[in-house]
Amino acid sequence: MKRLLPLYVIAIYAFLHVPLLILCGFSFNSSKFTVWEGFSLVWYEAMWNDGALAEATLNSLVIAVVSTVVATAVGTLGAYGLWKKNSRLLSGSMYLSLVTPEIITGIAMLATFQWAFRYLHLQLGMTTVILAHVTFSMAYVLLVVMARLRTADPALEEAALDLGATEWQAFRLVTLPMLKPGIAAAALLAFTVSFDDYVITALVAGVDSETLPMVLYAMARRGANPVVSAISTVIFVGLGLLIVVSERLQKA
Amino acid sequence: MMRLRAFFLLPAWAFTLLLFLAPMGIIVVYSLQTKGVYGGVGEPWTFENYVRLFDPLYGVILLRSFAMAGAATFGCLVLAFPLALYISRSGTRKTLLLNLVMLPFWTSFLVRTYAWMFLLRDTGLINSMLFGMGLINEPLPLLYNDGAVVVGLIYGYLPFAVLPLYSNLERLDKGLLEAAADLGAKPWEAMLHVVLPLTAPGMRAAGVLVFIPSLGAYLTPDLLGGGKSMMIGNLVQNQFTSARDWPFGSALSLGLMAVVMLLLWALLRRDGEEML
Amino acid sequence: MSELILEGIYKDFPTHRVVDGITLTIPQGCFYSLLGPSGCGKTTTLRMIAGFDEPDRGLIKLAGRTLNGLRPYERPVTTVFQSYALFPHLTAAENVAFGLRRRKDPDTAKKVRDALELVQLSAKADRLPAKMSGGERQRTALARALVLEPELLLLDEPLSALDPALRKQMRVELKELQARVGITFLFITHDQEEALSLSDRIAVMHQGRIEQMGSPQEIYLTPATRFVAGFLGAVNWVGDVGVRPELTRISRERPPSGMRVKESTVSSAMFLGDCFRVEAQTAAGQSLVAQIAHGLGQFERGERVHLWWDPSDEMALPE
Repeated sequence: MKRLLPLYVIAIYAFLHVPLLILCGFSFNSSKFTVWEGFSLVWYEAMWNDGALAEATLNSLVIAVVSTVVATAVGTLGAYGLWKKNSRLLSGSMYLSLVTPEIITGIAMLATFQWAFRYLHLQLGMTTVILAHVTFSMAYVLLVVMARLRTADPALEEAALDLGATEWQAFRLVTLPMLKPGIAAAALLAFTVSFDDYVITALVAGVDSETLPMVLYAMARRGANPVVSAISTVIFVGLGLLIVVSERLQKA
Repeated sequence: MMRLRAFFLLPAWAFTLLLFLAPMGIIVVYSLQTKGVYGGVGEPWTFENYVRLFDPLYGVILLRSFAMAGAATFGCLVLAFPLALYISRSGTRKTLLLNLVMLPFWTSFLVRTYAWMFLLRDTGLINSMLFGMGLINEPLPLLYNDGAVVVGLIYGYLPFAVLPLYSNLERLDKGLLEAAADLGAKPWEAMLHVVLPLTAPGMRAAGVLVFIPSLGAYLTPDLLGGGKSMMIGNLVQNQFTSARDWPFGSALSLGLMAVVMLLLWALLRRDGEEML
Repeated sequence: MSELILEGIYKDFPTHRVVDGITLTIPQGCFYSLLGPSGCGKTTTLRMIAGFDEPDRGLIKLAGRTLNGLRPYERPVTTVFQSYALFPHLTAAENVAFGLRRRKDPDTAKKVRDALELVQLSAKADRLPAKMSGGERQRTALARALVLEPELLLLDEPLSALDPALRKQMRVELKELQARVGITFLFITHDQEEALSLSDRIAVMHQGRIEQMGSPQEIYLTPATRFVAGFLGAVNWVGDVGVRPELTRISRERPPSGMRVKESTVSSAMFLGDCFRVEAQTAAGQSLVAQIAHGLGQFERGERVHLWWDPSDEMALPE
């Protein structure tokens, strides 16, 4: 068993990483087919020149940034409020929204938007996507920040109040600085889940606000396309850099 | 104090009420209504949609979903347990090894799923390689079947199984293994009679955490099953789009939610203290 | 003869040598203690006998058979762990049955009953460790190890997790138990009182080596080194000789001739319940302690006194 276990573990790590590495590797293949014919950046060029792709990427970034900022603010305040006094209905709803299958969240939101639009003269688009993203990523933020708060000492804020700080000052000057790493981690998580989401987005996006995952999905459905490998590699590297940079920033 | 707290919770409440609880309420209302002629919903009020959940026509898909989620859960546990065991015994490399498990998780889910399409499709890497080596003349049908979906689910949710098992094994007193050996238990006996029973809470948590998203999966069966291997999620989507039967789709969604909540409730009731 | 023999055992840890050449023989049926401060290598020695660690050099023999290289589950040795290491998912009876079941012993049920009775735990057979008191856990651990009828029982500071009153009671029970089962006990402890009261023989360990082996009296009364003398009890050092405070007398009158005498001034006098502890300073500024019984008078701080002892009570141990 002593000798078998490491082999087994290596096999599992291979299972986790090799498919992605192969995908990245073949994005540099000069052939359209899955036979290696030589190094080339032709698919990156094709990706670069694709106007629809650029627009979708821009949409995705705008949605991810806006919803991350809003979800982080709303989630952090909410976590703090729940830490002060728990509301089982609210925290229960948060946990429930985390385990609700995306397809159900998506259709339920779609149904709600369509119902609301009977009374409001609006339509599906970037706004509805952002609202949806804030809702589901807020739950992640809340969870991460609450975990951080659970290890916090309530006496710190009491000490601040005792020394003459108002409640707002105690929050802003004592608790918030202590929560910074947790909030940063939460924001990073919110950004990635928002940037990555396809199922809910596709349902509430309407016709003219395509996101990057929607374009990727359409390409993947259509069949083998090395451009998808190139985009995947870029996303892979981009998110990797984002994580590394944010870790560095947190340590600094 | 009260006013400040209310102000802090207000935005979170607003989003939760308007965009989570209200939508769920609307789904409940729809599930009790009847499909309109042009695809809308309306009266009469009925339980018919729930009765249809037990129609054998859909029963096949429901059963298949449970079977595939079960297979994915089993696969994840089988892969995750030795991995978590190994990591929990790796001393200073623990963090590195755990991060390596989480790394693919930070990549786009679509990309991860596409990586398997790239490997498995008729013109994919595996078939090209086998063809190139002259082992096959016809491509093997690797993609668009239940097996591909299960592999995709395992690939997608493996970290959900590794983390609870790891934290369980990490807390396990190593002295107990020495005690077992001291009392004459061979390593496999110590594993079977000491480690496994004491990891049961981690196993249950890991199982539920993989089973729930697997049962409600949409993207994985959609891309890797290609319509030939439908699961509940795809059926729900179908009802809201092509079939335009919103009431039935709603009933289906709520049935799925009921299963999810039941599983979570059972887990928390049993192991809640250890998890929270 | 089923005796345990350690021959030239060495064990290095990455930073230092933990066990530095230990050789000893433990006769069959003996209650043997390894006594020493924490970090002296006694626990590592026990772990090597149990099979959790392997010595870098040296032989471990039990009843003529070499144990080196055997896995813990292959050795006829069982252990009572410091933390007890009871399996939390098993009841007292199931914990005791654990080893028997591995051997597929046909008499498991009866042996478990007997073992629990031996440690007076029959009434608690179905309890999980979480629901037991400290003493009950300890008895379960003892029963679990004894039920396998080992040729040698290792006890790793088994009393240290108990509160003081219970510790004294368990000490008596442990001694009686050993006499009844007749199994060789190797007892690891840093508590000299425990070692002195329980053992037939003691080996005192210090920095990976054995400083002295012998009966409790020998070790206490004729220590071989200053370390042993000091570790087993307080000592008044006067140049190259030492004397124990309880053998040091104190009086206002001149002591009988032939005694070693030190003129001193009382610097503190403390009532300890079962005795007085008087500390006095000699003219040379040396601090000496006398522990005296109640009947021998009371002394005040600042009083001039004679401190004295019989030269035959001296331990001659040059630095």
